[in-house]
Amino acid sequence: MDKTSLIVVGNGMAAGRVLEHLLEADRDAYAVTVFNAEPRVNYNRIMLSPVLSGEKTYEDILIHDDAWYAANGVTLVKGEAIVGIDRETKTVRTAGGAVHGYDKLLIATGSNPLIIPLPGKDLPGVVTYRDLDDVEKMMAAASQGGRAVVIGGGLLGLEAAAGLRAQGMEVTVLHLMPTLMERQLDPAAGYLLQKAIEDRGIEVLCKANTHAILGDTTVTGVKLDDGREIACSLVVMAVGIRPNMALAKDAGLAVNRGVLVDDGMRTSDPDIFAVGECVEHRGVCYGLVAPLYESAKVVAAGLTGSEGAYTGSVTATKLKVTGIDLFSAGDFADAKDRQEIVYRAPGVYKRLVLRDNVLIGAVLYGETADGSWFFDLIKSGSDISAMRDTLIFGPAFAGGEPLDPTAAVAALPDDAQICGCNGVCKGTIVSAIGAKGLSSLDDVRAVTKASASCGSCTPLVEKLIVATIGDKYQAAAVEPICKCTDLGHDEVRRMIVAKGLRSIPAVMQELSWKTSCGCAKCRPALNYYLVCEWPGEYEDDSQSRFINERVHANIQKDGTYSVVPRMWGGVTSPAELRAIADVAEKFNIPSVKVTGGQRIDLLGVRKEDLPAVWADLGKAGMISGAAYAKGLRTVKTCVGSEWCRFGTQDSTGLGIKIEKAMWGSWTPAKVKLGVSGCPRNCAEATCKDIGVVCVEAGYEIHFAGAAGLHVRQTEVLTLVPTEEEAMEIILALTQLYREQGRYLERIYKWAKRVGTPSIKAAIVDDPERRRVYADRFRFSQQFSQVDPWAERVKGLEAHEFAPMAEVGFKEAAE
Amino acid sequence: MNQMLQTRFDGPWVKVGRVDDIPLQGSRVVKTHGGEVAVFKAADGRVFALRNRCPHKGGPLSEGIVHGHAVTCPLHNWVISLETGEAQGADSGCTKVIGVLVEDGVVHLDLSRLPRLMEAAE
Ligand code: SRM
Ligand SMILES: Cc1cc2nc3c(=O)[nH]c(=O)nc-3n(C[C@H](O)[C@H](O)[C@H](O)COP(=O)(O)OP(=O)(O)OC[C@H]3O[C@@H](n4cnc5c(N)ncnc54)[C@H](O)[C@@H]3O)c2cc1C
Ligand code: SF4
Ligand code: FES
Repeated sequence: MDKTSLIVVGNGMAAGRVLEHLLEADRDAYAVTVFNAEPRVNYNRIMLSPVLSGEKTYEDILIHDDAWYAANGVTLVKGEAIVGIDRETKTVRTAGGAVHGYDKLLIATGSNPLIIPLPGKDLPGVVTYRDLDDVEKMMAAASQGGRAVVIGGGLLGLEAAAGLRAQGMEVTVLHLMPTLMERQLDPAAGYLLQKAIEDRGIEVLCKANTHAILGDTTVTGVKLDDGREIACSLVVMAVGIRPNMALAKDAGLAVNRGVLVDDGMRTSDPDIFAVGECVEHRGVCYGLVAPLYESAKVVAAGLTGSEGAYTGSVTATKLKVTGIDLFSAGDFADAKDRQEIVYRAPGVYKRLVLRDNVLIGAVLYGETADGSWFFDLIKSGSDISAMRDTLIFGPAFAGGEPLDPTAAVAALPDDAQICGCNGVCKGTIVSAIGAKGLSSLDDVRAVTKASASCGSCTPLVEKLIVATIGDKYQAAAVEPICKCTDLGHDEVRRMIVAKGLRSIPAVMQELSWKTSCGCAKCRPALNYYLVCEWPGEYEDDSQSRFINERVHANIQKDGTYSVVPRMWGGVTSPAELRAIADVAEKFNIPSVKVTGGQRIDLLGVRKEDLPAVWADLGKAGMISGAAYAKGLRTVKTCVGSEWCRFGTQDSTGLGIKIEKAMWGSWTPAKVKLGVSGCPRNCAEATCKDIGVVCVEAGYEIHFAGAAGLHVRQTEVLTLVPTEEEAMEIILALTQLYREQGRYLERIYKWAKRVGTPSIKAAIVDDPERRRVYADRFRFSQQFSQVDPWAERVKGLEAHEFAPMAEVGFKEAAE
Repeated sequence: MNQMLQTRFDGPWVKVGRVDDIPLQGSRVVKTHGGEVAVFKAADGRVFALRNRCPHKGGPLSEGIVHGHAVTCPLHNWVISLETGEAQGADSGCTKVIGVLVEDGVVHLDLSRLPRLMEAAE
């Protein structure tokens, strides 16, 4: 009697696993025929990367060889694709035209690599990364040397890059997002990963959008959107996969993003099963093997009449690049109902995400030994409240009695290293505390050097002090920037300089931020500190700026904006006024007001109109007045010696000179200046952040005034005889404030904190230091004196000003 | 990536653009006859959509700073959850969550629950 026939379409990881389970359950249930488009037996696709890097051969990664098919009576048709399914007649058709009948059919066609429709995508030398043919093409290219460009900094892209590098190629990875593997890792782990990848000589360019692949007959390079060109002989596109479901769709099976299957892994046709990357189950398409291993069992059960149910998988990711330890699992997005536990040490980052005392996600970098333990906790959904405080330290601390973190530290052996930077171990600290009677963090730092460098072991040292002397511990009074860190503003800045930190994720990682991505309080502060420290080098993070600084206009209560063009020293001209009037009429701007800062405010401008308004103002020579900026705002002046009968110096002219030198600078908080021509002080210079009062003998320089929430009269800094000296002092003073001021701390508050004598010592008494500060200010101005309006008129950040889409209700209801 | 919100909404889905069109930790506005929708992309790449009105005084949430799965309103700093639309911390109020479906990098919204024209005129 003829056996029932099972036809399997595709012979990848999923099909192979189903066959194993099926044969185990009932060797004789079916006459099995497998069609495989690839001209080979079943191999372990995920091990292609070690083959590429030369650590393994194809033979090493075979799962089922020819002998296996023979021994199990399975017919394998290699290199023959199925091109059609006829469900009426229950037959399949092969590419060669043969027709075969089936009783049961299994679709296991996997997925196809995505190909970005770029010019040049079909050139020889452009490959994807999916099967052995691709690996062979890459290895052939690598044997010629030269550079490879890998498009995509995800799992596959990085494995390809590491493999090609191991084969001796120069490699550049282009990644669209700001950090690598952003789907599996948060920015901190992505930052560490990038460092590790770069350490093996691979160039990584994030936020890099490929514009075109270059070459006439073969690949010669890649061009980016920003115009950069990278010469190369190989392009690997590893930008994602798409379920391969064309066959199922043509056969009229229900599909969405993948072939739809129920919990029994059946398609909409009860005689047809589907498994692997081609399916969509409960709204999810997977791209890893663990889910297909779990569902393959259910398929085999369904085929042998004992129904099972597949209910979905939690997945975990590892990167198979030797020497890089990375693990991520579950859902690690942060959200309101979740808490996170973050642990950072040099080169190590761990983050656990909890919801209702259940672990739901984990990201580990650098130390991943506990990954499977965390993964089990995620899958089992067990309540972790009993071990919550020590959870991040892994199973070693989880057994038996719940330990509090202090006890966990107390339990460390004496030779356990606490401070990695200075190599201080626990015993040293404990004995110093005892011998010298230390009771504060500062004392311990001074005596042992523990936590005196990068500070990331501070929490550990504090716990150690508590464990040693208990209540006598005097906690440091530093006010942290926000709840994301224990460090204060000054410590963070000191570390940015000392460790050469050049990005927000770098600061958060190296300084042990307690949250993964910071908050609305620390991100703008860090962004400012980096802008200030690395002029011309650091790329501003616009998403870490308040809306006004992001769109260079002031948001109003109805969501419209106000536009204040710069009016140098409060001086304007008929042409400027005419341009302002024209703009106001042309764009129906409802309100035109003279501000308290000697210039004109156009209020009620719609966001979409901003670039056009700026374009018109720009044609008349006007630039942004930065009325929104934590930066230089206005320099108010009076008429001075040019007109006024009491004027002693050209206060208007000096004000304009100062404004021209200082516009565009970013500062911890806003900076306003005033220059009055005589002590009658009509420009109100004595309530400004920095003021100049002109006198017969020269220029009296004032600072630390304010007239807002607090009214403060200025203090006199010094009197100088020439305009040049006045300028030099003002620029130096501003730079000192830029470097010492805490974010959002105005000059008067900064001066009160650090004390006027220290400011005088740096700026007045020591001409050498003054010059150094002024030079640093001028240097950084080279990069900041770019009119943000003009840039946006030319199209920068165009997405800010245009809606993403406009949809009508008709469309919406369709 | 599959989106968690997808199961709570079932369309009709209206295509509004690409995920790449939204800056990471940023937002874009979609204008509809039922008022504006703010479409956000969190640091982890997930896309969310809310009616673009803060429950406090109607501030445009699209202009806020995005952190985690929340946005800080630009007008008076209320923090609104992108997942539930609820104000967090001591503040209370809720803005409408709009269903999002992301497929092959294309963002679709479920606009069927948007308030109708008249409400938008409030
Ligand atoms: C437009 C203007 C009022 C006017 O119509 O005259 C104004 C408008 C605003 N001021 Fe002001 N201030 C204006 C001159 C002043 C002055 C007078 C001056 O500069 O001589 C002061 C007192 C001087 C001072 O700063 O010490 C002033 C002290 C403040 C303060 C209090 C600052 C403080 O540290 O105490 C705030 C609140 C803040 O910055 O946090 C503020 C904040 C604001 C904000 C930005 C409120 C906000 O966050 O939205 C207003 C923006 C409106 C807009 O969109 O334009 N404004 N503001 C003035 C713009 C000047 C300009 O040309 O740039
Ligand atoms: C380089 C690389 C590294 C990876 N690393 C990991 C990892 O570390 N961990 C992990 O979990 N996952 C990893 N994966 C993903 C994993 O390999 C896939 O999830 C798994 O292979 C999917 O199995 P599948 O059977 O659904 O599809 P596949 O293994 O792709 O098999 C599908 C097969 O069907 C054939 N086929 C398609 N259409 C037809 C047709 N019409 N007729 C006949 N045959 C057809 C194809 O030629 C192919 O051989 C990696 C993938 C790659 C490419
Ligand atoms: S005084 Fe108050 S109301 Fe007037 S502009 Fe300044 S911040 Fe606004
Ligand atoms: S309108 Fe959003 S906080 Fe006030």
